[in-house]
Amino acid sequence: MSEPRALRLPDLFARHLGGTGEHADIIPQSRLSGPIPWVIAIMVALMVIAAAGGLALRNTGRAAAAELSGGITVQIVEARPDERDRQARAALDALARMPGITGARLVPQSELDALVEPWLGVSADEASGDLGGQAVPVPALIDARLAGPITPDRLARLQASLRGSAAGARVDAQSTWLGPVFGAIASLQYLSLALIVFLSLATGAAVLLAARTALGNNRPTIEIVHLLGGTDAQIARIFQRSIARDAIGGALAGTGAALIVMLLLGRNFAALQAGIVTGGALGWADWVLLLLVPAAAVTLATLTARLAVIRALKGML
Amino acid sequence: MSEPAAAAAGSIDAEIVQFDNVGLRYGTDREVLSDVSFTLYPGSFYFLTGASGAGKTSLLKLLYLAQRPSRGAIRMFGTDAITTPRDKLPLLRRRFGVVFQDFRLVPHLSAYDNVALPLRVAGVSERELAGPVTDMLEWVGLADRMAARPATLSGGEQQRVAIARAVIGRPDLLVADEPTGNVDPEMAVKLLRLFEALNRLGTTVVVATHDVHLLRKVPDSLIMRLDQGRLADPTGALRYPPRRGGKA
Repeated sequence: MSEPRALRLPDLFARHLGGTGEHADIIPQSRLSGPIPWVIAIMVALMVIAAAGGLALRNTGRAAAAELSGGITVQIVEARPDERDRQARAALDALARMPGITGARLVPQSELDALVEPWLGVSADEASGDLGGQAVPVPALIDARLAGPITPDRLARLQASLRGSAAGARVDAQSTWLGPVFGAIASLQYLSLALIVFLSLATGAAVLLAARTALGNNRPTIEIVHLLGGTDAQIARIFQRSIARDAIGGALAGTGAALIVMLLLGRNFAALQAGIVTGGALGWADWVLLLLVPAAAVTLATLTARLAVIRALKGML
Repeated sequence: MSEPAAAAAGSIDAEIVQFDNVGLRYGTDREVLSDVSFTLYPGSFYFLTGASGAGKTSLLKLLYLAQRPSRGAIRMFGTDAITTPRDKLPLLRRRFGVVFQDFRLVPHLSAYDNVALPLRVAGVSERELAGPVTDMLEWVGLADRMAARPATLSGGEQQRVAIARAVIGRPDLLVADEPTGNVDPEMAVKLLRLFEALNRLGTTVVVATHDVHLLRKVPDSLIMRLDQGRLADPTGALRYPPRRGGKA
C-alpha cells in the first residue's frame, strides 16, 4: 500500500458500476449437497414407478371398458340340447330384427368348450358325450352389441322381448361382470396417486430440512452477504441453484432406475400374453407424463428450497 | 475539524445519518444505548471512542443496519431507517462499507473473492470488477496474496482484506470497528491514510477505537465519545453540527 496508489482511487471507483454478475460459489457446494441427491433419486424412482403403475392400470381399465362397451351376453339356459339349439336360433333371429342391435353371433361350441375346459378338465363336448350328453349341460351363448348406453331398464326390456321366442334366455351386460375389477383398478389408481402425493410431500420435507441445515451451516456467510446489501432473493437464488443441481442429478438417476424397473416388469407382464395386461401398455403421452414427474420433482425441490430460505431470512433484519 | 460538505451547503436534507433520542436494549436488560442523538454529514470524519462496554459496537450495529433501535428515530440518506420496509434495506446497505472488528471474511473464499463480494452482490460483472479488485488488493499491499484464503492470512492481512472489501464499493458511509486493532503502528497509519483518502473523495468515515493516539493522526476529525451508553455532546456540536461561519 502506498500513497501514490491512493491517487488512483477516483479512477478505481469510476469504472465498475453496472452489470449483472453474480458469483455462484459464495456458499460452498459441498456443504449443501449431502444426502439430498440420493433422497431425491429414490423419491423420483418411486414416484415414476407409481405413476407408471397408475397409468398402466388406467390403460388396462380403458381397454377393457372399450372392449366390453355395448356388449351383452344372452345365455340360453336349457338342459335339453335340441331345445337349447332351437331357442338359441330363435333368439338370434329376434336380435337381428330388434332396433339398436349392431351385431350378434352365436358363440361356437368349440369356444364354449375352451371356456369350460379349465373347470371340467376335459372338453365339455367329450364330457357330455361320456355322460350321454346330459350330465353337464352348458348354456348356449350369444354375443351381441348394442348401440348406445346399456341401462338396467334396457336390459330388462330386451330380456322380456327375447323371452317370447326363447323362454330360457337370460341377458347380461358384459361390463357388469367386470364391475368389481374396474372398481379395484380405480382403487389402485387412487393408491398410486396418493403415493405420488405422499412422496412429493416427503421430497419437499427432505429438501426443507436440507435447506435449513445448509442455511444454519452457512449462517455467518449469509449474514455477511446480507450486511453487504445482498437481497433475500439473491441469497435464496444461491441455495435454490445448489438444490436444483442436486435435484437434477437425483432426478436423472431416479428416472433411470425407474425405467430399468419398468422395463423388467414390462417384459414379465408381456410374457403373460393376456389381453387385459397388454391393454395396459404405455403410450407416448404416458411417457411424456412420466418424464414430467422428475421435472416436477426438480421444480418442487427448487421452490421448497427457495421458500425455506426466504422464510428463514425474514428472521434477519 | 473539516467543514462537512452538507453543513457547507447549509442544507439539513444533506445529512447522511441522523439519530434522534435513540435507545437500544437487548431483551429486557437495561439500555445499552440511551438518548443518543447526532448527525453525520457527507465528507466528515468521526472517531467513536469510549471504554469497553460503553456501547460502541452497539451504536455501529445501528449504523450499519444490523439492529433496529428500541426507541428513537434514525434517518439515513433521507430515509426513515426504522420504518423502511425490509426489502428496501439492501439498497441502503449498499451505500455503507463496514469493517468488522472480527473481520468476518468468508472463509472459503480467496482474498480476491472476499474483496469482490460487495461488487458481486451489487450486480457488477466479473469483467468489470476484476480491475478494481486487483487494484484495491495492490493498494492494501496484498497483491501477492490474492488467491490466499483467510485462514492462511495473518491477522493484519485479514484486516486489510476486510478494509479493502469495505471500501471497494466506494461507500457513502464507511463504518470501521477497531480497524487498526490487529496491525502494527506503521500499518495503522497507512490504513488511516486510506480512510482519509476516501474521506477526501466524499465518504463519511466513522472509526470506532479506544486508541487515543490514533485520534491525533487525523486532526480534522470529530470525536464522538460514548460513556455508559450515552453520547457525550456537551456543546451540542454532534447533534447540531456547525454550519458555514461556525454557527452551531
